Amino acid sequence: MTALDPVRLLAVARKEVLQLRRDTRSLILAFALPVTLLVFFGYAISWDVNDIRMAVVDQDHGQRARELTDAFRGSGRFLIVARPEGTADIGRLLDRGAVRIVIVIPPTFGRDLGTGRTAAVQAIVDGSDANTATIALGFTQAIVQQFSARVLFQTRRVRLPITSATRIWYNEELASRNMIVPGLVAVIMMIIAGLLTSLTIAREWERGTMEQLAATPVSRLEVVLGKLLPYLAIGLVDVALCSLLGVFLFHVPFRGSVLYLAGTSFAFLAGTLGLGLVISAVARNQLLATQMGMIATFLPGFLLSGFMFPIDNMPLVLRLITYLVPARYFLVVTRGVFLKGVGPEVLWPQGLLMILYAVVGLGLAARAFRKELT
Amino acid sequence: MSGTPRTRGGAGVDGAATPPGDRMVVVEELTRRFGAFTAVDRVSFDVGRGEVFGFLGPNGAGKTTTIKMLTALLRPTSGRATVAGFDLAREPEEIKRHIGYMSQLFSLYGDLTVAENIAFFAGIYGVPRGRRAERRDWVLEMAGLKDHGDRLTSELSLGWKQRLALGTAVLHEPPILFLDEPTSGVDPISRRAFWDLIYTLAARGTTVFVSTHYMEEAEYCNRLALMSRGRIIALDRPAGLRAAMPAPLIEIATDSGPRAVELLERAEGVIEAGLFGRAVHVTVRDADRARAELPRLLASAGIAVRGLEVVEPSLEDVFVALVHLADGGTAA
Repeated sequence: MTALDPVRLLAVARKEVLQLRRDTRSLILAFALPVTLLVFFGYAISWDVNDIRMAVVDQDHGQRARELTDAFRGSGRFLIVARPEGTADIGRLLDRGAVRIVIVIPPTFGRDLGTGRTAAVQAIVDGSDANTATIALGFTQAIVQQFSARVLFQTRRVRLPITSATRIWYNEELASRNMIVPGLVAVIMMIIAGLLTSLTIAREWERGTMEQLAATPVSRLEVVLGKLLPYLAIGLVDVALCSLLGVFLFHVPFRGSVLYLAGTSFAFLAGTLGLGLVISAVARNQLLATQMGMIATFLPGFLLSGFMFPIDNMPLVLRLITYLVPARYFLVVTRGVFLKGVGPEVLWPQGLLMILYAVVGLGLAARAFRKELT
Repeated sequence: MSGTPRTRGGAGVDGAATPPGDRMVVVEELTRRFGAFTAVDRVSFDVGRGEVFGFLGPNGAGKTTTIKMLTALLRPTSGRATVAGFDLAREPEEIKRHIGYMSQLFSLYGDLTVAENIAFFAGIYGVPRGRRAERRDWVLEMAGLKDHGDRLTSELSLGWKQRLALGTAVLHEPPILFLDEPTSGVDPISRRAFWDLIYTLAARGTTVFVSTHYMEEAEYCNRLALMSRGRIIALDRPAGLRAAMPAPLIEIATDSGPRAVELLERAEGVIEAGLFGRAVHVTVRDADRARAELPRLLASAGIAVRGLEVVEPSLEDVFVALVHLADGGTAA
């Protein structure tokens, strides 16, 4: 029999608030940690590839070779840090990691261009970091192509038959920060919410107060929801704090509805706090609960939420596991609301899934928390 | 077990019977096993309205396990019980509504103030809003904490904590109160004050079920169940228990108590020998023979006897003798 009496529910919630107010450690965890994490990771993580260190071996020494070198320098993507005379030094530069890419302009470069033959430029890339290598090669090809088009126009007055007019939506500067900060809000809130509640039931078992509580008419649902309410309020304040930091410190655009973000935050937090409560009820001791809380929130939050790695590229098993990670849904919402300005008309599946997650999570928490001693 | 004494368990022994309608606790064959270990072994008894019913026994005898079953904190392995008229198996939540419980370890919130703890439990027990202030003042008054409502509970002395715990346990004026070793670790004066409170509650009709391992506290109970190794080995009024002492008790005054005990334990005709304060208490099969033989035995070992007399047994003597018999010792 699981009753839900508002008087008892409020008694539990009020007690939890009083305890929280006197517990500095929990207050720091609740308010300082999310802000610190956001600032730290917001500055530390970047997927932008700029200033790729480059060596240019110019064996031609002609006008055209200089122009090509300038094109690389002027692109803003490359930083020319070495200009060895011969090809002998190339191996050493790449071995040491001093440069990531080497461009070799052969002695025949200027002459070939002048006589209308196809001139070859060699690019040697350090492929050990595949991601940067791919991006460096892409930039190189684009720069070389652009240079070819210019030469073609200057020498023969011929234009390329096709040009692409690209326009980038949502994140016009292609700044990875704009992608990272809204994602971080989701990941950080999953960690904080999981940790916040993972201690609360375990602490009562440890201190013996749960035994007293268990001998009273208070129901499981009343304990679970009563403990949840104060943390839900804290979580909503945290989401607001993190969002404000994102907009004013990291200058991430916020284009969507505050109301939809608040509503989905509510569902997301209820589910994740419920997950923490399940852990707390099962662990029954604070140390174990903290460890389980870290494992259940930190790694999945960063790795399986789609924050670091796109879920579409994961093997099927991992992809199925991601459905259990609540940040997976919330991340889509924060990115969508921040960058695309979309709301429930697009993000309703995520919203529904988070509500489902919350109902199941809280139900599990009420079940996992037994009033009986063992 | 062949040495089990005359069975004193079960309801209504020696005029202490309770009319059926007034039985606040009825326990039948209640058993709890933890794996292969039987913590409580087919225990049966009744407790009447307004009684102060004591559970006496050493640590590990099964007192706490029995109380946890009766407060619906622990599921019995077998057996039946009703508490305040509600069936333990079918209506555990109803039972929780009608009892007060104070566990062995202090279990109020140390990081809440006295008043906040009272307010919390008043909410949990559903004390009507209009009565809360009155009940709070009553608890503060009875616990002697009238001027300390704003103090953090963790700062209180143990005696005060226990009285506050008792107060919060009866906030909702339950008809029955379970106290599990409420006074362990508390100084004698606070202990006395605590028992005064128990009497006050009992006088107002509250049934009090209390466990203890203090013998002198057992004397305060209306009826007493002696527990050993999960079984009730005797149940009666304190006076009845004393009268039921299975064998005569002799007190020997001597300066070499420990050596005398060692010698007497192996002597013929002696059931049990033990130190009692500065004297030695010996239960024997035959008082007259012992009076004649024991001084000679001690003298031959060079132990001086300053006095020897048959005495009225204390509850401790009764308890020790009964445990000895229940464990298979030889009866008179």
